[in-house]
Amino acid sequence: MVAPVVLVIGVIIGYPLVRGVFLSLTDANEANVERNIGVNHLPATYKFTGLDNYRAVLSDGVFWDRLGWTVLWTVGCVSLTFLTGLALANMLNRTLRGRTFYRLALILPWAIPAFISVFTWRMLYNEKNGILNKLLAGGGIDAVPWLNDPTWAKLSVIAVNVWLGVPFMLVALLGGLQSIPGELYEAAEMDGASAWQRFRHITVPGLRSVSSTVILLSTIWTFNMFPVIFLLTRGGPGDATEILVTYAYRLSFIDSPRNFSESAAWGVLILVLLSVVAVVYRRALRKQGEVW
Amino acid sequence: MTRTHPARRARKRNQRSRPASIGLHAGLAVAAVLAVFPPLWLLVTSFKPKNDAFSTGLVTHFTFANYTHVLADTEFLTWFKNSVIIVGLTTVLGVFIAATTGYAVSRFRFPGMRPLMWLLLITQMFPVAVLIVPLYNLLASLGLLNQPAGLVITYLTIAVPFCAWMMKGFFDTIPVEIDEAGRVDGLNPFGTFWRLVLPLARPGLAVTGFYTFVTAWAEVAYASAFMTGEENLTLAGGLQTFVNQYTNDWGSMTAAAVIIAVPAALVFAFAQRHLVAGLTAGTTKG
Repeated sequence: MVAPVVLVIGVIIGYPLVRGVFLSLTDANEANVERNIGVNHLPATYKFTGLDNYRAVLSDGVFWDRLGWTVLWTVGCVSLTFLTGLALANMLNRTLRGRTFYRLALILPWAIPAFISVFTWRMLYNEKNGILNKLLAGGGIDAVPWLNDPTWAKLSVIAVNVWLGVPFMLVALLGGLQSIPGELYEAAEMDGASAWQRFRHITVPGLRSVSSTVILLSTIWTFNMFPVIFLLTRGGPGDATEILVTYAYRLSFIDSPRNFSESAAWGVLILVLLSVVAVVYRRALRKQGEVW
Repeated sequence: MTRTHPARRARKRNQRSRPASIGLHAGLAVAAVLAVFPPLWLLVTSFKPKNDAFSTGLVTHFTFANYTHVLADTEFLTWFKNSVIIVGLTTVLGVFIAATTGYAVSRFRFPGMRPLMWLLLITQMFPVAVLIVPLYNLLASLGLLNQPAGLVITYLTIAVPFCAWMMKGFFDTIPVEIDEAGRVDGLNPFGTFWRLVLPLARPGLAVTGFYTFVTAWAEVAYASAFMTGEENLTLAGGLQTFVNQYTNDWGSMTAAAVIIAVPAALVFAFAQRHLVAGLTAGTTKG
C-alpha cells in the first residue's frame, strides 16, 4: 500500500518540483518554451545556463528589498496575530455572560473565503468613498490613502492579514488553554501566586506545544500569503507591498515577456529560505525538549 | 454578593471585580465588532442600489437588484458551476488519496518514513512559488490549461500532503488491534483499511474533506494563472472581473461575494470544531 502513495506524491509533488529546479537553471521564457500556436507545435529552444539566474537574482537589489519587506511582513503579521489571539483566548477562557456569542463573532472571519474578505476590505479602504475614510471625515480627520501610499499600504495589508489570521490562532490557543488542568491554577492561587505569575508559569508552558505548532504554520502561511497582497494592492503602490511570492508570480504571469526561469529561481530561493527557517525552528524546539 | 461557592474550580470561586468585568466585556465587544463589521458591511452593501454602494448609512432603498443582475446578466452561474465541478472532484479525490497515504504512514514502518512525513509538511511551504511555473508548463504541454482537470490536479498538489498529514494523526488514534482482528478474519490490507479502519476515521475524513473544499473554493493564484476567458473562470477569478483597474462594479461584487460566502460559511460552521482538533492531532502526535 505504500507504493501507490509514494508514486502519487512523487508525480504530483516530485515532478513539478524537480522540473521547477530544472527550469531555474535554464533561460526559459515565454518565447522559447514548447508551445502550440494554432496547429503548429513549436519545440522548446531554451538552454541550460547553470546558476546564472541565481547569480542575477542575488546580485540584484530587488530581491533583497523584497526579502526585507517579506520578513517584516511575516514577523509583523505572525506576532500581532499570535498576541491578539492569545489575549482573546485568555479573555474567552473564563466564565462570562455571552461567551458563545463572543466566540462565534470572533471566529466569523475564518468562515468566509479569504478572497471575499479581501475584496470587502478593498471596499472599506477605498480612498474616496470607503467607509473608513468617511468615518474619519466624520471625526474631522483627512482621508487616509490606505492603499495608495507605500507606508499606509503596508500597514493596511498587515491589518487585513491579522484580521484573517486571528480566528485560527484564537481557536487553537483556546483549545490549548482548556487542556491545562484547572487544579494547577487553584494550587498556584493557594500559594498566593499573582495573576501574572500564574500566566507566566502555568499558561505559557502549558500552551507551548500548541503555540509552537501554530506559530510555525502561521509563519509558513504568511510568508507565502498570496491572495491578500495580490488582491488588495497587486503589490503596489509601485512594488511597496510586493512579497517574494507575489513577485515571483508577477515575473511569470504578469510581466511581459513571461520569465519562467527567473520566476522558478525565485521560487527555489523561497523554498530554501523556508526550509532553513523550519529546520532552525525545529532544532530550537528540540532543545527545549519538544519531541516533534 | 457573598455567596460561597464550593471550591471546585478556582476561577469560579473568586468573583471578578466590577472594573475587571467591564474591561473584559469591553475588550471582547470591541474585538467582536472588528471581526463582524466587514462581512456585515458586505451584506448590507449588497442590498443597496448600485449608486448607493458607498453611502455610509444602512440600507435606505432595499433592493435585490444586485443579486438579480449578477445571476441573470453576468457569467456568475458559469463560474459557480466551474468552481463546483473543480472543488467537488478535488475533494473526493483528495480525501481518498490523503486517507490511503495517511494510513500507510500511520501503520507501516518503512525506510524513509520520517523524511516522508517531513516532505508532507514541507510541501506546505511551496504552494504558489515553486510549483506554479512547472505546473503551468506541464498543463500547457498536456493541453490542460483552461480545463477543469488541470486545476483539479493542481489543487491535489496543495491539499493532499497536508490532509495526509492530518489523517495520519487520526489513524494513530485508532488501535492497531483492529487491523490485526481484520487480518485474522482474512481481510487483505486494503479490505482492513476500507471496511474497518476508514469508518472509524470518519471525523478525520470530514475534517480533510472540509479542508480540501475550503482550500480549493478560495484558491486564487493558480486559478488566476491557469484559467483565462470569461467562461473558464472560477469564482475567485470571476470576482476579480467586477472590480479591477477598469471597472468598479461594487454592487455586483458584493452580491456575488455574499452568494459565494454563505455556503462556505455554513459548511464551515459544521466542521469548525473538528478542524483545530484535526490540525493539532496531526502535529502533536507526528
